[in-house]
Amino acid sequence: MSENKKVKTKANNSNGLPRKRFYRARAHSNPLSDSHFPVPIAPSHVDYSLHYPHYFHPDTTTDDNGVSTFIPCKTRSKKIQFADIGCGFGGLLISLSTLFPETLMIGMEIRDKVTEYVKERILALREANPGQYQNASVVRTNSMKYIPNYFEKGQLSKMFFLFPDPHFKEKNHRRRVISPHLLDEYAYTLQVGGIIYTITDVEELGEWMKDCLEDHPLFEAISKEEFAADPVVKLLSSATEEGQKVARNDGQTFTAVYRRISLVATDLGIHEV
Amino acid sequence: MEETMIEEGESNREGGGGEVSPALIAVHPLEKSVAVAIGSELRVFDLIEDCSSSLVDGSGGPLHSDSIRAICFGANGRLFASAGDDKLVKVWTTNPWQCVRTVIAEKRVSAVAISHDGLFVSFADKFGVVWVTGTDGDHEIKEKASPIFGHYCSIITSLEFSPDGRFIVSADRDFKIRVTVFPKNPFSGAHEIQSFCLGHTEFVSCLSFVCTQEHPQGFLLSGSGDSTVRLWDVTAGSLLDTCEVGSKAGLSECDGEEENVYSAITDICTSADGSVVAVGIQSLHGVVLLSCDLSARTLSVIKVVSMGETFVPTSLGMSSSAERLWMVTGASNLPVCPSFTHVRVISGLKKCGSDSSDHEPAVVEENEIPGGIKLLEKLQGSGSNAKEDDLLAVAEAVKAAMRNQLIKRQYSVEKRELRKKRRNDRKIKR
Repeated sequence: MSENKKVKTKANNSNGLPRKRFYRARAHSNPLSDSHFPVPIAPSHVDYSLHYPHYFHPDTTTDDNGVSTFIPCKTRSKKIQFADIGCGFGGLLISLSTLFPETLMIGMEIRDKVTEYVKERILALREANPGQYQNASVVRTNSMKYIPNYFEKGQLSKMFFLFPDPHFKEKNHRRRVISPHLLDEYAYTLQVGGIIYTITDVEELGEWMKDCLEDHPLFEAISKEEFAADPVVKLLSSATEEGQKVARNDGQTFTAVYRRISLVATDLGIHEV
Repeated sequence: MEETMIEEGESNREGGGGEVSPALIAVHPLEKSVAVAIGSELRVFDLIEDCSSSLVDGSGGPLHSDSIRAICFGANGRLFASAGDDKLVKVWTTNPWQCVRTVIAEKRVSAVAISHDGLFVSFADKFGVVWVTGTDGDHEIKEKASPIFGHYCSIITSLEFSPDGRFIVSADRDFKIRVTVFPKNPFSGAHEIQSFCLGHTEFVSCLSFVCTQEHPQGFLLSGSGDSTVRLWDVTAGSLLDTCEVGSKAGLSECDGEEENVYSAITDICTSADGSVVAVGIQSLHGVVLLSCDLSARTLSVIKVVSMGETFVPTSLGMSSSAERLWMVTGASNLPVCPSFTHVRVISGLKKCGSDSSDHEPAVVEENEIPGGIKLLEKLQGSGSNAKEDDLLAVAEAVKAAMRNQLIKRQYSVEKRELRKKRRNDRKIKR
C-alpha cells in the first residue's frame, strides 16, 4: 500500500535529527471524523510566531494578571505561500525550504505522530544549519475540513498533493483529498496563476485526480515546456519518502500539474467578478 | 462530571426512538398565508380566504413521511418548499396550494432555499452537499437534482440566496459560512467561492439577509451555538459586528460547572430593511429584538420581549412588511405530547424603534391574531391545551436534540483511547 509509511531503517541518527522508528503511526486517519485538535477560527488567528519565530514575534499581549491573549493579525509582512497537503514525513518541505528560502511554507498532516516527527525534524535542521529552514513549518490538521481556516482567498501560490491515500473502494471515494467539491476550496485558496501539483503511484487514482482537475473550470493543465522547466516537478518524485520508495521498487508514478485560472464569460454563464 | 454528561447525551440520542424535531413556521412575504410544519405534517392557513388550505399533491410523488426539517417561501410568495428526514424535497405553488414537484434526495435534507427569481430550488443534506433543481416542469431530469458544491462532511444548517441573487450562502456545524457565486446555469456546479465568513466559535444555526435601497447587495446576519448574532459583508467575508445576544438577554453563559452551556440562537427573522431583527434563543421565554444599522454597520439590542408564559419559540416568521412576528414552539416525537405546537404573535414591531411608549411590541391575544381561533385550531392541531410542564419538556427536548446533532463532543484523552479500543474494525485483534 502506498500509504504504508512504516520505515524500518534507522536513518538520520547524526545531527540530532529525529528517528522515524519512534514516530510510527497508523497509516490511515479518518478525515470524516470530528476533530479534537485546536483549529484557528480564521486565517488571521493563525499564530505565525509559533511557526516562523525567525520572521515573526509573538502576536500576544500580556495583561496585568499575567494572562496573555492572542491578537488576531490583520496585516502581515509575509504570508504562507506554499502548502503541502498531507506532507507525511516532510521530505518535500525540506527540499523546497532551501530551493525557495524566502517563501513561507507549511505542511499539513492529520496524523499527530507524523506531524510531531516533522516538527522535530525541522527544529533539528534549523539548529544544525543556522539561518536555514526558518521558512518551513508543519501543522496537525484535517485539511479537507479546515483549509479556509488557515489561508485567505488567493493566498497560496503552490499546493502539493503527493501520494495521497488512494481509497480504492467506491464508497470511500468521498474521502479522497482531490475531489470535484474540494477543488472549489483549493481554487479559492490559490491565487490566479498558482499551481497545484499532484502525484501518485496508483494508476486509478492518477486518472481520477487528472479527470477532476481537467473537468474543473478553474484549472488548466500547464504546458509540456513549463512542466519540463519547473524545478519543483522533479522534486515530486525524488524528494519525498514515498517517492523514493516507489523509485526503489521501480514503480510508476502519475503526475498532474494544473494552473489556477480565472473564469471568463463562457457558455456556462459564469461571469467573473 | 463531563464524562457522565456525555454518556447521558449519547444514551438520549440512541435510546429515544425517533429523533425530536422542532416545529417550524413560515410566513408568506405578503402575509397571505402561514405555514407550520411539525413532524411529517404540514399545516397551512390562508389569511386572505380566512380558512385552512388543503394541500393537493399534483406531482405524483410520495407525501412527507418523516420529520420536516426546513420550510420556506420564495421571494414573491408564489412558491413554497418543504424538505426533511424522509429525503423528500417538495416544491409547492401557493395559489392554489399544490405540490408541483417532488425530488428524492440521496440523504436527509437539512436546509432548503428558493432563488429569488423562482427558477431554482436549492437544498442541502446532512453530508454537506448542496443540490439544485429547477422549478420549471419541463426540466430534463425531472425527479433529480444536481450537486453543485459541498461542505466537506459537515451538516449544513442553513441556506440562503443573497438579495441580489449573486450568491448562495451556506452555514455548517463546523463554524463556517460559505459564500458561493450562484451561476446562471447552476446545473454544472457552483465552483467559485466568493468568501468564507469565519468568526463564530460554535456551529452556525441560522442565516438571514437584510438589505436597503442604499445597500442592495445586502448584509448577512448569522446566529450560532456560541450565543452571538453576527453581521457580515459577504462580498469580502468580513465580520462587521458581533452582538452577544445570550448575555444581553440575561441568560447566564456559565452555569458554574461547564463552559459548554451557551444558549444557542435558534432562529433569526428580519424585516427587509434591517430595522427589526427578531432572535430566538434556547432557554429564553420570548424573543430578543435587535436593530441593524446598515450605514454604521452595527447591531444593537432594542428590547427583550418576554412572553409572560412558558414559551420558548422554536421558529420565527415575518412578512416583508414586518408588522407582526409569528412564533411557534413545539416538537415532534415527544412521548408526553406528540406533535404538539403552540403559535403566538407579537405586534407593534415597527414602532419599537421610535420612543413612543404606547406602541410597545406586545403579545397579541388569541382572538386578535389574524385568522383568530380558526387559525390557531388549524396550525396548533389537536393536543394544543398542554400543561406548563409539557412546554418545558418541549423546550428541553428541542435543546437536547440540537445539542446532540450539532455540538462537537469533547473527549478527554483517556476517553478517546477507550473509544479507539472499542472500535469495531479492530475487534478481531483483541
